[in-house]
Order: sequence, then structure tokens, then C-alpha cells
Amino acid sequence: MPRLPIPAGMSDAAGRSPLAQGALLALATAALLLAPFLVDALLGRAWVRVLDLVMLYTMLALGLNIVVGFAGLLDLGYIAFFAVGAYLYALCASPHFGLHLPFWLLLPAAALVAGLFGMLLGAPTLKLRGDYLAIVTLGFGEIIRIFLNNMNAPFNLTNGPQGITMIRPIEVAGVSMAKAHAIGPLSIPSLYNYYYLFLVLTLLVVFVSARLQHSRVGRAWVAIREDESAARASGVNTRNLKLLAFAMGASFGGIAGSLYASFQGFVSPESFGLMESIMVLCMVVLGGMGHIRGVVLGAALLVTLPEALRYIGPLQRWLFGQVHIEPSDLRLLLFGVALVVVMRWRPAGLWPSAIRHREFAAARATADNAVTGHRTGGSADAGSAP
Amino acid sequence: MLGSIYALVALGYTMVYGILGLINFAHGEVVMIGAMIAISVIVAIGTGSGLPAPAVMIAGIAVAIPACMLLGALLERIAYRPLRDAPRLTALISAIGMSIVLQNVAMIVWGRQYISFPPLLPNEPHAVLGATVTGTQVLIVALTVVLMGALLLLVHRTRLGRAMRATSQSPALAGLMGVNVDRIIMFTFMIGSALAAVAGVMIAGYYGQAHYHMGFMLGLKAFTAAVLGGIGNISGAMLGGLALGVIESLGAGYIGALTGGFLGSHYQDVFAFAVLIVVLVFRPSGLLGERVAERA
Repeated sequence: MPRLPIPAGMSDAAGRSPLAQGALLALATAALLLAPFLVDALLGRAWVRVLDLVMLYTMLALGLNIVVGFAGLLDLGYIAFFAVGAYLYALCASPHFGLHLPFWLLLPAAALVAGLFGMLLGAPTLKLRGDYLAIVTLGFGEIIRIFLNNMNAPFNLTNGPQGITMIRPIEVAGVSMAKAHAIGPLSIPSLYNYYYLFLVLTLLVVFVSARLQHSRVGRAWVAIREDESAARASGVNTRNLKLLAFAMGASFGGIAGSLYASFQGFVSPESFGLMESIMVLCMVVLGGMGHIRGVVLGAALLVTLPEALRYIGPLQRWLFGQVHIEPSDLRLLLFGVALVVVMRWRPAGLWPSAIRHREFAAARATADNAVTGHRTGGSADAGSAP
Repeated sequence: MLGSIYALVALGYTMVYGILGLINFAHGEVVMIGAMIAISVIVAIGTGSGLPAPAVMIAGIAVAIPACMLLGALLERIAYRPLRDAPRLTALISAIGMSIVLQNVAMIVWGRQYISFPPLLPNEPHAVLGATVTGTQVLIVALTVVLMGALLLLVHRTRLGRAMRATSQSPALAGLMGVNVDRIIMFTFMIGSALAAVAGVMIAGYYGQAHYHMGFMLGLKAFTAAVLGGIGNISGAMLGGLALGVIESLGAGYIGALTGGFLGSHYQDVFAFAVLIVVLVFRPSGLLGERVAERA
């Protein structure tokens, strides 16, 4: 697993000296740069691919974190924007329409179009709150998927359930990502190329997220999350800011989607179901909602965990001498158990921000003092109620 | 028809939501497990004995209901009670986790293939007032009406119902008034699960098959129905379920004509969700939902 990136411009909460900070930064940089080599040597080539996916999902989860974590708008159809980005890239860089637009044009275009879709979803839902919002976003996600699945007739736009194949790999300045390149004595395989590209973009997304969080806009989002009525009364333009949150989150999703399309070389509606949306939401909540490092951790864990659980088969053989239960059957089961267990013991997420951690401790204390030891989910934890 | 099944499942969602403010994502899985257990029992009995079909059917349901109630109580105990003071999204993720667990347990126990429901129910079509109905359909609708009536009576006319309503308004105050809040919440889960078991048997009987993955989409639709009707509102869930069923069937039938043949019947889900979005935009708290004061 790669070290967590320490975003530039973030104040050091632990109060380390500048020298220690610098050393930490250098260490993190080195770890991130060497990660694919180490992973390849220790675990094998398949894990480099997992590493690439970790980066991809980190971008996606950080996008959703803007909507859910910062602005507190529960979005259950987030994968739709990922789909929009992926299909935009697929349609414009594959033999399906014979288009081969360059990557540097398509990436911003994907962000823009997905952002527009975000506004499209945001506009009718401005009045809705909480679970009503959740169900509308869920419906929106399903609508997008069903359209992708069925738009092969009367006019073949998306090629239906078969999806679009032979998507062109990304080329940056004439260097194709899909081929191995030699730099001096070093040979850089395709998966490494993608890793470095994704790493740069992920760091960019982390940076933008961090800056947004501490900006005027970010503070306004938090105000909306904590109490929308009070935020409006204090002069926050809730309508525009909520639309902005949807648009920003969606455009991150669009970027991740276009990268995914070129990385896989293939897209089909199957990859964009409700389960995927829920998975990304799990990354955000499991890691620690609204906390960038927590979300990165959540994404890394939830991508690697199902892969790591593939080793159950060999483990069973080693323990009992034979395979009792098919590992593929057990994989998701254990994944579900992990979700329940983590939420049970760390309800604020694995790595919550310091403020939320304190809030939780306080909420716990009051809950214990209350007569019934019971509290409704509504008012007291307004910080998390979507 | 389909609507009455949605309505039954939606009731489970709405009752839990009314009390805990929690979307019980694993509810669809309870429906699926209910169907699976009933089928297993029916197949086990049906092969050996010469019992009449209705008796076998009732035996299946009779086993499935307590099993599901137990499952509901377990779910509450394991996944939700420890998280009652946690933020709602935490409980939501826990619910999703349980849903994944149940689905995969069912897959390991009953396998990946479709399991067929023994043909016990009368399926010959009858013509009533120009429409074609089967015995199964009549049975499902009748049973739904009876169950809903019983539920309304329970909630509005009994001590338990009064305690449930009190808990949903304010758990802390209900507790002060001597209501055992933990037990009421567990009862709510159990009643919802019992309804889910019946719905599971119905849908398996109607389609003649069950599958470990069937709970997911069903749960989604039922939840949609609950929101459509105004979540937390019992009559709303019934209305929402029926409305969604009708909308879907009509949508599948007429969407082609409406759009000049541009969109076919495979867009029926789009139609259902689009109606949902439109309804919520104009009535943000559902069809029968009260205009709740905005939460501080």
C-alpha cells in the first residue's frame, strides 16, 4: 500500500518542527515514487494494478467527499458522474465513432460535462433534505445506468450492454501509457506509467480538496452541513453553494471516470451500478467523512481488502488441508463483516478529523448521562445528519 | 399486484425509519431469506407427504415468519443497537455491510442458481370484468389487505402500538414514561421482518423462482415506495407501494406510445424513478408525509 500523501499547504497539526516536516515529506515522496517497484518486487505485478486502482478510487472518493463530507449532501448516485466521464472518453477515443480526440482535451471536457450533470442533478433537489435527497440521487444514478444500457437503439450511442471496447490508451506528449518505456537501464512497464500519471492527478485532487476545505467556500459548505437554516440566515448563498458542491464533486468523478475508461480500455454499464456508488460512499464514511487523509485511507483499504481476501483459498488449504468454502463466495461475505465491525468499533470512521473525534467523545459522554442512554439520530449529531 | 408486494416490504422500511431514522438496507435481504426458507420447507415437505397444497404452503410460511423475525431481531441487536448514538451514515454503512453478509450467506447456503418455487398455487387465469387474473394474484392482494388492516389495528389500537408511536416521537420521553425502548425497537424490527417474510413467499410464488440476489432490487423499489409515500408514515408506505407498482406496470405498457416508440419497455425503471423525482420536487416530504419542521 502506498504511503499517504502529505498534501502541501496543510498545516501540521501534530506540531512537528519544519525539519521533521521536511524529512517526512521527503520520505513520503520517496515512498510514493518507489511504491510500484516495491510492490511489484514483493507482491507481484497484479498488485501494481491494484495500486493504480487505489489512486483512481481515491480521486473518486475525494470527489464524493466534497458532496457528502464537506457539504453534508448524501448522494447515492455518485457513480453516475464516473460513468459520464468514462463514456465521454470512451466515445471520443475509440473506433465506436472513429473519433480519436487527444487526452489533454478530453480530461477537462470530462470534468466539465460531469460537472454539468452534477448541476443537472443538483438543481431539482435543492429543496430536498436527508433521505429524500438520497433517494433522488439514487434514482438519478439508476436512470443514467439504464440509459447507458439501452441507448443502442434506435440510434447506437452507447452500444448497449456490450459496452465500448478498444478505447485508446492515454498518450501524454507522444508517450503512450500502454507501452513499456526504457529510461536508461530502467524499464517502465505500462502499469507503472499509469501509476505515475494517476499519482500526479490524485495529488492534484488532494491539493484542490485541501485548499477548498479551508477556503471561504469550504467553510460555507461546513456551515450548510451543520445547519442549513442557520447558514442561510447568516448570509450564505445555500443554493449556489450546494450546486457548486454537486458540480465540483461530479467533475472529480468525471476525471476519474475518463482515466478509468482509458486504463481499462473497455467500459460497460455494468461497472456503474448502485453497488459501486455504495462502495465509494463506504470509502468516504469508513475512512472518516470530511477528513481528506481519512478518505484516502478508506479508498486504499476498500480497494485492497477484496484483493487481499483472495488469499483465503490458500489460507484454508494451509489451515485445514483443503478448501472448505469457495474463496470467491467468502470474499464479499468477509468484506461485509469488515464494514459492520469497523462501524461498530469506530463509528466516526477509521481516521476522523480531530474536531469530529472530539465531537464524538462529547456525544458519547452526553449519551451515557442521558436517562435512557438513548438519543435520536436527528438533532444532536447535526454534524453528520445529511 | 406487484404494488401490494412493494407495499408490504415498504412497511418494514418505513416502520424502522419512523422509529430510528435509519434506512434498514438489509431489509430486502430479509425478504430474500424468507423466500428461500419457505421454499426449502415446502420442497422438503412436498416431496414426502401427501398433504394438500395449501397446508404445505402454510407450513412454509409458518416456518419462514419466525425465522425472519429472529433474523430481524438479530440484525437489530448486532448491527444497529450498538450504533444508535452514532451518526446516521455510520448505521447506514453497517446496514450495507449486513446486507452484503446476508446475501453471501444465502449464496453459500442455497447456491448461485435460481431456485424454483414448487407449483402449488392456482395459476389458471380467470376472466373478471374483462381483466385476466390468476388465483395467485387474488391471494396476494387479499393477504396484503388483511395484513395491512392488522398492522393498522396493531399500531393504533393496542398498547404495543401506542408504545411504538410514542417511541417514534421521542425515544427519551417514551423511556421516561415507562416504555421499554429497546424492546419496542426490537419488536418493530420483528414485525417488519414478519411482513418481509410474507412478501418474500409471495414474490417467489408469483415469479415461481427465488435467487440470492433478488432482495437487492426489491428492497430498492420498496424503499423508493416508502419515500414516495412519505417515509415514516405507515399508510404512506402502503399508498406509495401500490402507486409504484401501478406506475411501473403502466409505464412499461405505455412508455413506447408516449414517446412515439423512441423508448421501449426496458425503460420502465427510468419511468418509475422519474415519477419519483417529479413527485419529490413538488412534494418534498412525499405524498402523505407531514411537513416536518426542518431539523436544527
